[in-house]
Amino acid sequence: MLRPRITPCLLLRNSGLVKTKQFTDDKYVGDPINAVKIFNEKSVDELLVIDIDASRLGIDPDYSVIERLANESRMPLCYGGGIKTVRQAERIIQLGVEKVAISSAVLESPLLIRQLSETIGSQSIVGVLDVKKSIFKGYEIYINNGKKKIKGSLIYWIKAFQEYGAGEILINSIDRDGMQNGYDLELVKLTKKFITIPVTFLGGASSLDDIGDLIETFGVAGCAAGSLFVFKGKYRAVLISYPSFIEKYELVLNRISKFKGHF
Amino acid sequence: MIGVLDYGVGNVSAFLRAFYLNGVPAKAVSCPDDYESVSKLILPGVGAFDSAMEKLNNSGLRNKLDHLVMQENTPLLGVCIGMHMLGRASSEGNLDGLGYISGVTEKLKRKIDNEVMVLPHMGWNEVSIPCDDVIWEGINLKEGFYFLHSYAFLPDQSNSIIGCSVYSESFACAIRSSNVYGFQFHPEKSLSNGIKLLTNFAKI
Repeated sequence: MLRPRITPCLLLRNSGLVKTKQFTDDKYVGDPINAVKIFNEKSVDELLVIDIDASRLGIDPDYSVIERLANESRMPLCYGGGIKTVRQAERIIQLGVEKVAISSAVLESPLLIRQLSETIGSQSIVGVLDVKKSIFKGYEIYINNGKKKIKGSLIYWIKAFQEYGAGEILINSIDRDGMQNGYDLELVKLTKKFITIPVTFLGGASSLDDIGDLIETFGVAGCAAGSLFVFKGKYRAVLISYPSFIEKYELVLNRISKFKGHF
Repeated sequence: MIGVLDYGVGNVSAFLRAFYLNGVPAKAVSCPDDYESVSKLILPGVGAFDSAMEKLNNSGLRNKLDHLVMQENTPLLGVCIGMHMLGRASSEGNLDGLGYISGVTEKLKRKIDNEVMVLPHMGWNEVSIPCDDVIWEGINLKEGFYFLHSYAFLPDQSNSIIGCSVYSESFACAIRSSNVYGFQFHPEKSLSNGIKLLTNFAKI
């Protein structure tokens, strides 16, 4: 049976890895290639690497870093940051990356998703929605590291991504980023009935229990986390960690009813 | 020497890296001369069926590939779209496949009972095997492999199926017909299981 994916999310800035809180206050956490090597050893389900400067500064993705990451990674890799054209996405896929994550370019022109699906295939396109909760208007979508608001509701964009042929949606809670106060389960519940393609939630995970809450609420989904896998303790000491296969197995068994008695 | 077909589609370097980690000599095959000294071949593939077929047909690698696989019985392993390309055709596109294994590729069902399943089938899934094949030696079938696809191969002969997985339906995730193998999952991105499987292929 298909298992939920537990996905470390790494943020790139100036060729180093950082971790943010609510999209600011970044802390250096180490060298990306070294982190990939450690995650290889820990048998990670997949890796998500996002360059948080490329789109903001309007620069090209750093192909040499991407190539080194792809060469090193023995698990599936998704790259996001600075991708604006089909050519860029194609080049990244050719470097050995499985999926490209795109936010601002597809929110400004959703047709790009269709053009991308004709060349790299729909399965390799991840549409990213950075969401922030507003008191009166529900969840709103942002680009440029949470600085610019985009028109259209969360549900509108989920439907649009699916209609134009994205292969996956990454829903990233700006409010929960780095806060380690659990996934926004209200957000998870709200989106659940509209989702027809794979989805990954990011933002807020502080423990395996939080991941358990997410899969109990949603079912088989991607469970991405940054801080959980790079920090240890309340002083946020940098230490890369990841659950073992047995721990993941038991989590799924205990939290998703259709898996009970399966293994 | 393993040759990884480099026709502009798929993750050639990930395969080379996986072989390198296990001390298996491997190289990219980018032009017909590169077939020299190659004893086994990998056909990687990502993206859409027609786009991959078109690139292979225009790569200059096709004629020699047909000859090696059909006449010389060179072992060939097709991965993901590369597996779909082994058949006659795919409902994802209009172009003819390579026709090395009799069968066609169809889209996975979206519904089981009343439950609507999301597509693509993406993530880690286990594999069950109908019969022993040396390719599975030392593989942890429960941990399984990484999948990323919406279409699956339907072989004409059920004895071509050497591995199955279940999503919205049970489908062939590994096939074999004499010297030709196909894997739906990505061994090159399936951690130690994947590397072991590729090493097993190198040993057959």
